[in-house]
Amino acid sequence: MKLVTAIIKPFKLDEVREALSAIGVQGITVTEVKGFGRQKGHTELYRGAEYVVDFLPKVKIEAAIGDELVDRVIEAIESAARTGKIGDGKIFVYNLEQVVRIRTGETGKEAL
Amino acid sequence: MKKLLASLALGFSLLAGGTAALAQAPAPASTPAVAASAEAKPAEAAAPAAAAATAAAPAPAASAAPAPVPNKGDVAWMIVATAFVIMMSIPGLALFYGGLVRSKNMLSILMQVFVTFSMIVVLWCLYGYSLAFTEGNQFIGGFDRLFMKGLFDPLKGEFANAATFSKGVVIPELLFMAFQATFAAITCCLIVGAFAERIKFSAMLMFMALWFTFSYTPIAHMVWFWTGPDAFKTAADVATETAKAGLIWQWGALDFAGGTVVHINAAVAGLVGAYVIGKRTGYGKESMAPHSLTLTMVGASLLWVGWFGFNAGSALEANGTAVLAFMNTFSATAAAVLAWCLGETLMRGKASMLGAASGAVAGLVAITPACGNVGLMGAIVMGFVAGFVCLWGVNGLKKLLGADDSLDVFGVHGVGGIVGALLTGVFNNQALGGPGQVSDWVAVTISSVPVFDAVLIQAKAVLVTIVWSGVVSFIAYKIVDLTIGLRVSEEDEREGLDITAHGETAYSR
Repeated sequence: MKLVTAIIKPFKLDEVREALSAIGVQGITVTEVKGFGRQKGHTELYRGAEYVVDFLPKVKIEAAIGDELVDRVIEAIESAARTGKIGDGKIFVYNLEQVVRIRTGETGKEAL
Repeated sequence: MKKLLASLALGFSLLAGGTAALAQAPAPASTPAVAASAEAKPAEAAAPAAAAATAAAPAPAASAAPAPVPNKGDVAWMIVATAFVIMMSIPGLALFYGGLVRSKNMLSILMQVFVTFSMIVVLWCLYGYSLAFTEGNQFIGGFDRLFMKGLFDPLKGEFANAATFSKGVVIPELLFMAFQATFAAITCCLIVGAFAERIKFSAMLMFMALWFTFSYTPIAHMVWFWTGPDAFKTAADVATETAKAGLIWQWGALDFAGGTVVHINAAVAGLVGAYVIGKRTGYGKESMAPHSLTLTMVGASLLWVGWFGFNAGSALEANGTAVLAFMNTFSATAAAVLAWCLGETLMRGKASMLGAASGAVAGLVAITPACGNVGLMGAIVMGFVAGFVCLWGVNGLKKLLGADDSLDVFGVHGVGGIVGALLTGVFNNQALGGPGQVSDWVAVTISSVPVFDAVLIQAKAVLVTIVWSGVVSFIAYKIVDLTIGLRVSEEDEREGLDITAHGETAYSR
């Protein structure tokens, strides 16, 4: 089992969500985050005071999936989230040790 | 607990003394800020009673004219104007300032404005009005109206009257007092912006009480106190009555609604405070960006609308001068918004919401001394100039001054007040479309003072205000600092004043 985490541009969320649904991913968790990579921030000016804001708003998507889906999930996220411009984001894949469905107590693959 | 009981005992004895003073037969105003000392019956019986009142109450004046009775239109307008100025403070100024600070300090700003407002209104009733608007010497009034003595006689059901700027026209003095109370209160609230996000709440209140007593009331007295147009009956009265007026009034300085009394006065107190208290922790390194420019805009809008009460209400009547002041307040502010936005676009490429809101306030400040004293195009020019100059005030000048005047109280109110006061001397001139000024209150003749001379008089008024406020503020801050300390601890400042001073959060996490 894998946990696929993707940091994407906020306006791409709906597209990515649809692309994941299409390949059978049934549930995701979404968090609003901020960060930067190579995309520069911006400057804000309040009267005489200038602030350089490095952090940009991003969205983090996490999906717990079975090993067999990994490649298709990566491909789906990539194509849905890509704009071709700096700041598109990254995908991280983690090994998932255990999954439990709280309602029923199921574990492992059945809980995905 | 002991301290609390001691303070309560002191407070009650003060109130007891006040009530005792009230219980005595109220002396009709022998020292006028009132024109007609004959007290009028309630307005329903106005017309028939006027003649009766003349027969019944001995008019001290030599003339046989019936005692003036307030006009319902004037009273209605002044009541509304008073309410508008209250709205300017709460929530206008509170939100304007509040939106500009970080969210962890939002409630502290709202509290400081709200509670300062309340405290000053009470002090005004107790002794502030008396010190500002009764006869004393050229610097300060007396105690004739202590605890509002004489304003309302409950046994006779009569209200004392106060002079306006027209002979034979009066409004209830209580209404004049109420109107002026809102001015005193907002002046003190303005200062809050300069030491925002780091002052101790109790220290702020103590400072406000001291500064209000020793800077606001004297300057209000010096600039605005006089015995009213009805006291100038013959040529012989001119010298004696003028001598009873405040020092700056005697010089002939023009300040319609408080460029000096309110804005320069408060701004200097703010700047001195910013110096004495020191910069915010992390200033220059950490982000101290406004947390809600939306609320700042709401506040600025409430200020603009409320300011029509502040400026047009300073005419004290519902008349042409009030309308002139109204329109000038309208156009000058609009011009200032445009100027600031233009200036920002030229400087940085973008006009900002904060800039537009600040521009509006700058225009409002500048037109405050001028509104009833300058012509229609003059107001627009003044607004435009104020927009640009105050933009410099919060950028270039702010860097020069080197203080952390958190919400730019001096940059907007100080610079705007000075620009407005000086330009009032220019655009008052009839050759430039201004209404001119009264040169003789006996015949009410209107003429223009040469621009150079007029500006010089304005400059004197500005200078006295700056020095007086500066000195009083400095001493007041020092007294507070040496007794209870001005500033919160660094940890409290980092955590935020809302939690540490008030035990609350503005926005749920």
